[in-house]
Amino acid sequence: MENRPLEYDYTVAKMFMFSTIILGIVGMLVGVILAFQLAFPGLNLMLGEGLAEYTAFGRLRPLHTDAVIFGFTLSGIFATWYYVGQRVLKVSMAESGFLMFIGKLHFWLYLVGVAAVVVSLLLGITTSKEYAEFEWPIDIAIVIVWVLWGLGIFGLIGIRREQSLYISIWYYIATFLGVAMLYVFNNMEIPTYFASGGIGAWYHSVSMYSGTNDALVQWWYGHNAVAFVFTVPIVAMIYYFLPKESGQAVYSYKLSLLSFWGLMFVYLWAGGHHLLFSTVPDWLQTMGSVFSIVLILPSWGSAINMLLTMKGEWQQVASSPLIKFMILASTFYMFSTLEGPIQAIKSVNALAHFTDWIVGHVHDGVLGWVGFMIMASLFHMAPRVFKREIYSKSLMTTQFWIQTLGVVLYFTSMWIAGITQGMMWRAHDEFGNLAYSFIDTVTVLHPYYTIRAVGGLLYLVGFFMFAYNIYKTMSARRIEENELQTASPMAA
Amino acid sequence: MDIATIQAYAYFFFTGFLVLVLYGYIYHLYSSEKKGTRDYEKYGNIALNDEVTDKPVEKVSDNETKNKEA
Repeated sequence: MENRPLEYDYTVAKMFMFSTIILGIVGMLVGVILAFQLAFPGLNLMLGEGLAEYTAFGRLRPLHTDAVIFGFTLSGIFATWYYVGQRVLKVSMAESGFLMFIGKLHFWLYLVGVAAVVVSLLLGITTSKEYAEFEWPIDIAIVIVWVLWGLGIFGLIGIRREQSLYISIWYYIATFLGVAMLYVFNNMEIPTYFASGGIGAWYHSVSMYSGTNDALVQWWYGHNAVAFVFTVPIVAMIYYFLPKESGQAVYSYKLSLLSFWGLMFVYLWAGGHHLLFSTVPDWLQTMGSVFSIVLILPSWGSAINMLLTMKGEWQQVASSPLIKFMILASTFYMFSTLEGPIQAIKSVNALAHFTDWIVGHVHDGVLGWVGFMIMASLFHMAPRVFKREIYSKSLMTTQFWIQTLGVVLYFTSMWIAGITQGMMWRAHDEFGNLAYSFIDTVTVLHPYYTIRAVGGLLYLVGFFMFAYNIYKTMSARRIEENELQTASPMAA
Repeated sequence: MDIATIQAYAYFFFTGFLVLVLYGYIYHLYSSEKKGTRDYEKYGNIALNDEVTDKPVEKVSDNETKNKEA
């Protein structure tokens, strides 16, 4: 065997890059279908009455949320981990046959889990817990996949050359630990078939919690799924990819540490804001509100740190579409981490709760922050992984503007729709009779639902452009190692 | 003392304690840099010089040797 110099091995990173793109298309496509169904309900029957069971909003909605959270985003997290992890620890996966095996097993078992989720959700098999719809056999499979990832993380850390763990590694570790704790506790469930001695289907279960306790655990989990899937690992990405792509070290490493511990401490207490004006104790609701507002500080600590990293280098935002994606992602992060706390204030929540404004908030975070950052990360990784330049800079720029327009249409329409909805639900005459019936709000909201669907469609079109650009990059011009130092090479 | 009063005191002192922890940590970060125990900002270079052939900002073995000497 020839004696080749040591190189990073991106085999597993590449596998997860593909699943990021495929599951992104699935999740976003289903999302666009759902958005059009809300505007034009006839689409619930788009494949005829016989298949209505599978095309109805209620059946597809969990598929959309879970495909985006556990498909697109998790794949993106894994892909970037298997890339960033090696680089900042300065150790190659090729140096350990064991870690390589675990990495590949992690990917293939993950795919099996994804397939089981897609099939079971389409068949309507669900625990009915939001973002935790999977029945117990799938939960067990997910735990195994997660443990494999943990073995990969700590295994790689164990053989590292770099003594200090770069800040991104801390965020990846927090993702691993946070999700592990949340997932296990929220999914404590009793398989009914085995507990009852043979009644019902073998795969069904009931939650170990009930009533208000179930709601509390569910939203402790639900909100922290946002924390540890949509925030913490995405911060890990921007702390690596923005400095690397721009060639500027992070503005303040100390601020990154302070924000890390701040985020870790505060986020876990904020879930109560999902249960304002419900049956949970009042002090808990207040605590949820207060911690949500305090959360602005660590969130903005990271976001401002990223913007300041560009100090003196702002011309790069104009010249590089890749930097544009990351700076807009960081800006959307600031925006949605200000919007969330505002919605968590009790008096604002009295208007906003259950309205489309909440849907708008989730989407400016996920489309603007999570989606942009994952795509930017994959764009940065592609030339290094495939040893080729990015196929088209102009395609990337066009994609950026189309998707930005899509996000803006999405959240503005949902703001207007949500506040209109909230005001109409509350309006009453001098005797206290409600001024509007539910159908009145539906009629008024129709134009905004249509605008939202168009916004989502634009984002999906942009995602297809992204997928095409990455696909063509695989056969673009070959590049030399020295072209990969900072800014990613891209053809006009 | 009724439970509401105890809660109010607990809230107050806990908030004070957390403020202390927060500022204590900031003080720790800056003072250890001033004393020269640790240069936090150099760790930012881990992301920039990340080729497998690049010299680590702090080598694992260096540190072990230091520990053994101590």
